[in-house]
Amino acid sequence: MNARLLYLLIFLLGLSACSEAPEPPSGFAGLGTEVEGYPQVSRNDRIRFPEALGAHPEYRIEWWYVTANLTDENGQDWGIQWTLFRQALQPNQGKAKGWQTPQVWMGHAAITSATHHWQAERLSRGGTGEADAQAQPFKAWIHSWRLSSQQEASFSPLEVYASDQDFAYRLQLSTDQPFVLQGDQGYSQKSEQGQASWYYSQPFFKVEGQIEVDDQQLQVRGQGWMDREWSSQPLAPGQEGWDWFSLHLETGEKVMLFQLREDGKDYYSGTWISAAGEPTPLEPEQIQMQPLELTRVAGRQLPTHWRLQIADYDLDITTRPLNAKSFMDTLVPYWEGPIFFEGSHQGRGFLEMTGY
Amino acid sequence: MKLFYWTLISLLSHWKRHPVQLASLLLGLWLATALWTGVQSLNQQAKSNYDQAASLFDQQAGVYLQAPGGQAFDQALWLELRLQDWPLVPLLEGRIRIQEPEVRLQLLGLDPISQMQLEGTASQILGRTSLEQWITAPGQTLIAPSTMQELGWQPGQRPLTTQGQKLPPLVSLEGLAPGLLLTDIGWAQELLHSPDQLTRLLAPQQWLAPYSGQLPQLPEAIEEQLIWQQGEAEADLGRLTESFHLNLTALGLLAFAVGLFIVHATLGLALEQRLGLLRTLRASGITLNSLLLALLVELGSLALVGGLAGVISGYWLAAALLPDVAASLRSLYGAPVSGQLEMQPTTWLTALLMSFGGLLLAGSSWLFKAARLPILALARPQAWYQAEQRRVRLQGVLALVAALVAAWAWLQGDSLVWGLLLLAGLLLSAALWLPLLLLGLLKLANLLARGPLQQWFWADIRQQLPGLSLALMALLLAQAANIGVGTMTEGFRKTFTGWLDQRLAAEIYIRPETQQQAEEITRWLEQQEAIEAILPQYQIQLEIEGWPVEVGGLVDAATYRDSWPLLQTLNQPWQAVFSENAWLASEQLAQRLQLQPGDQLELTTRLGIRTGKLAGIYADYGNPRGQLLINAEEFLTFWPDQPIHSLALRLAEDQASAWVEKLRANFQLDSSRVIDQASLKEWSTGVFDRTFNATSALSYLTLGLAALALLTSLLTLSQARLPQLAPLWAMGLSPAQLAGLNLLQLLLLALLTALLALPLGLLLAWSLVSVVNVQAFGWRLPLHIFPVQLGISVAMALLAALLAAAWPSWQLRSRASARLVKVFAHER
Repeated sequence: MNARLLYLLIFLLGLSACSEAPEPPSGFAGLGTEVEGYPQVSRNDRIRFPEALGAHPEYRIEWWYVTANLTDENGQDWGIQWTLFRQALQPNQGKAKGWQTPQVWMGHAAITSATHHWQAERLSRGGTGEADAQAQPFKAWIHSWRLSSQQEASFSPLEVYASDQDFAYRLQLSTDQPFVLQGDQGYSQKSEQGQASWYYSQPFFKVEGQIEVDDQQLQVRGQGWMDREWSSQPLAPGQEGWDWFSLHLETGEKVMLFQLREDGKDYYSGTWISAAGEPTPLEPEQIQMQPLELTRVAGRQLPTHWRLQIADYDLDITTRPLNAKSFMDTLVPYWEGPIFFEGSHQGRGFLEMTGY
Repeated sequence: MKLFYWTLISLLSHWKRHPVQLASLLLGLWLATALWTGVQSLNQQAKSNYDQAASLFDQQAGVYLQAPGGQAFDQALWLELRLQDWPLVPLLEGRIRIQEPEVRLQLLGLDPISQMQLEGTASQILGRTSLEQWITAPGQTLIAPSTMQELGWQPGQRPLTTQGQKLPPLVSLEGLAPGLLLTDIGWAQELLHSPDQLTRLLAPQQWLAPYSGQLPQLPEAIEEQLIWQQGEAEADLGRLTESFHLNLTALGLLAFAVGLFIVHATLGLALEQRLGLLRTLRASGITLNSLLLALLVELGSLALVGGLAGVISGYWLAAALLPDVAASLRSLYGAPVSGQLEMQPTTWLTALLMSFGGLLLAGSSWLFKAARLPILALARPQAWYQAEQRRVRLQGVLALVAALVAAWAWLQGDSLVWGLLLLAGLLLSAALWLPLLLLGLLKLANLLARGPLQQWFWADIRQQLPGLSLALMALLLAQAANIGVGTMTEGFRKTFTGWLDQRLAAEIYIRPETQQQAEEITRWLEQQEAIEAILPQYQIQLEIEGWPVEVGGLVDAATYRDSWPLLQTLNQPWQAVFSENAWLASEQLAQRLQLQPGDQLELTTRLGIRTGKLAGIYADYGNPRGQLLINAEEFLTFWPDQPIHSLALRLAEDQASAWVEKLRANFQLDSSRVIDQASLKEWSTGVFDRTFNATSALSYLTLGLAALALLTSLLTLSQARLPQLAPLWAMGLSPAQLAGLNLLQLLLLALLTALLALPLGLLLAWSLVSVVNVQAFGWRLPLHIFPVQLGISVAMALLAALLAAAWPSWQLRSRASARLVKVFAHER
């Protein structure tokens, strides 16, 4: 689960001045606000491909999300992030076109090393072609940043590109594994009250390509993970933020875990993915997540080290970040960075923490 | 301290006994400050509005992309650059016509999201609105509170355009430039009928910084279609309108000076009447210092009262004139000036300081006299006047210096400041010469006098002259200014209407929205038999030597050959333009670049730099930009993609309005896009009239001030002159005769002054027309003289003098006997 769309909301709230009265709690960045006129995610529907790759402008929020754990020729570790968010300002009955399309797009890109965290942000309107996503051939973009299939008919291989003043990356992602549907056939529940989103992943990318930081070009290779999620009300009112993990185990298995924090009733969820790509949803009571160590970043205390346990799978690991200061100082600020873990299992992955 | 208090009370008691004097002193101060404050407030209001407009995008050295002709372009160009990470901020600008009230407003379409990269007020303003309400239907229109009030609109209202479209609901926002409507690009594209069109792409400074002064190279596919422009268009307003404001300031200063004449005269009278009191005070032991201090305190309090009253009424004056001034600035320069006055604290303060400074200046000579007052000596007016004789000689020298300055300024004459210096020198010199001239004339008259009464009559005028000279100077200046401004305005009106007749020779003018529409209209018109000729015109905006210039393309037509208002030409200029690709320059352009017919001129075209010969210069009054006309064929080789800018139609004059209606109905053109000759002329003369409304209002107020100056001086004199009149009364002249003589003397002086003001006024008009206007606006007008107007001006001066003299004469007549008897009893 990625809370990014929350950011989008926050960003929108940040733009609007009309907040005279204190609002009732509405989830992190307003994601728990119920809004009439948008379709709700329903367990009776199914995710269909390739449509699921493109934009779903009728829903309120949506994102395309790629992370990769990489290593360069010198054995140095790197992490990259590429994210595109879409947010509807208003339910659109398909009437508004061009500039009047009530959509806003936001892109985030970052490169993380053990000592540095480079990041950038892009914003744009919908309806003008500055940013959008299409299903086939798959292409998602904002300005020059893009995530796109390299062949007409097939999703893989893809190229992901982003650049800013002091960093750039261009990576090839490829896999022959199928998409992994999270939750119940892609229906991912987010609270006891039933808030949910459509959520699927592609955690099996092999990645290679170039990164460029401080005018230095490096060849990198490693593992990548892509998430797709859309919804109209993914959080329950009162949920303040979340801690989300994607883990590449050395056994070839993958694990996705998150907790949504709410006073006294945190909500846990996750998926165990076999090396062949078979997902098994994890029940809330199977998961234990425990912060071990806080780091002061950007004026706040963040749990950058964790102990994660899934007893039924004999998983008991401790995680540490590549760079404890992987903070996205964007319009909606959050922590997002590569991690390593050891214990019952070894491997690497990504951690995202919001609402701190 | 107590002593000082009583001194002050004694001095002030004078005003209680002479309320009229107090009133005229305060009136002088009040009017001087009021006129000055009024003018300053007008200027400040306009300047702060220009600043608001210029700071919209916070681009001091604004850099942007636009189509070569400044016309709208396809937003696909922007998208292409945007997808290559060029962080350009798109804008769509245009003007829309509103139904109720009938106004044209500037509409600016913005994208708030890319706008966030800029730091100007637009970003701050957008930061205060909700993105959702801004983008989604019905959207929002931001408008300055002052503009909203002026147009009588309410927040949330949706005014209709002349084409019946609703504006997005109005939201009033402080800090927005007046006359400007801000809305989302999407709404602007609909309202301006420009789907997928943009007019400018702003480049954020931050992004340009690493290019260190160079501008990023445009991709090849776009290079032809967009060009880099530097310098914020909004910032030009200050420069374009500078001369307009300078003229206002000069008039304001003149009015202030005339007001000070009144103050000077009244203070003189008050001192004259209080000489006895001053002597008594000094004799009873008040030190000179505390006496002077008391006088200063007195002056200060007067300045405070008069100044405050002046500031307040100056505000009213400005508020009354502002709508006209704002309308002129809007129509002449497209400058957004609010018709609502917002007064700055600095204006108040400056005006009060001016009032204090002015009073001190006007009162200093009297203070000086008071300081040198011999305690025991009798007041001896005659001795004063002898001293005045020396001053007159000094004045002669000063007048000569002022005349030399004027001549020098005229010879230098290549900027507006020199032009104004010429005016100042001229006026000052003439004013200083006036007493000498009058003295000479009176001496001459004296030689011709027959009999004692006539001789006394002339000699007495001479004796009055020093006391009246300042007031007469004021009258001279005010009348000359009135004649000068009037002659210029009337001359301009005459030239302008003649010029409009020539320039607007076609019966109908159409400004199509797009090239496609232009072609449709042309095709349709070609099938109409009633249309005698269709003349397409092309236009592109360029800079020549840093000055904004419109280059126009004309097709060969009898309309131009027969009636275009050429001022200076080579032989057969039209032949040269249409067969030899010669060019025509507007007077402003020729003046700015120092061009004569036959000169060569360089032009940056799409093909590179091209040179052309100037075949002629034509009048283009009222255009703040330069203009260059070339033939349409050549124009289209220079700028092949340039759409048709306008169409001029020839047809029978009486059918024009019917065809305008047909065109409007057939092509959905609003009244800003199709107009017949008569309406266009009416609109142009309207602009003209408003432009000079403020000027002529000020010049009449100045004349009124001069009459007041005369009145107060006469009051001074009538007091002092009783000893001269008493013997005549004793010799048998009745008070009525004396009053009549007195009136006659004054009218004679006023007449002489008014007659002298005639040549001065004409000289002033000449300087305005041939020097100041040329520098200020870039055009030279032929000097027309209007005898009737001159006659009226003289009559008005005499009337002013008559009104001023009436009261003192009536006083003399009605209360004279008793007072005249007293003269013989009185020590004086």
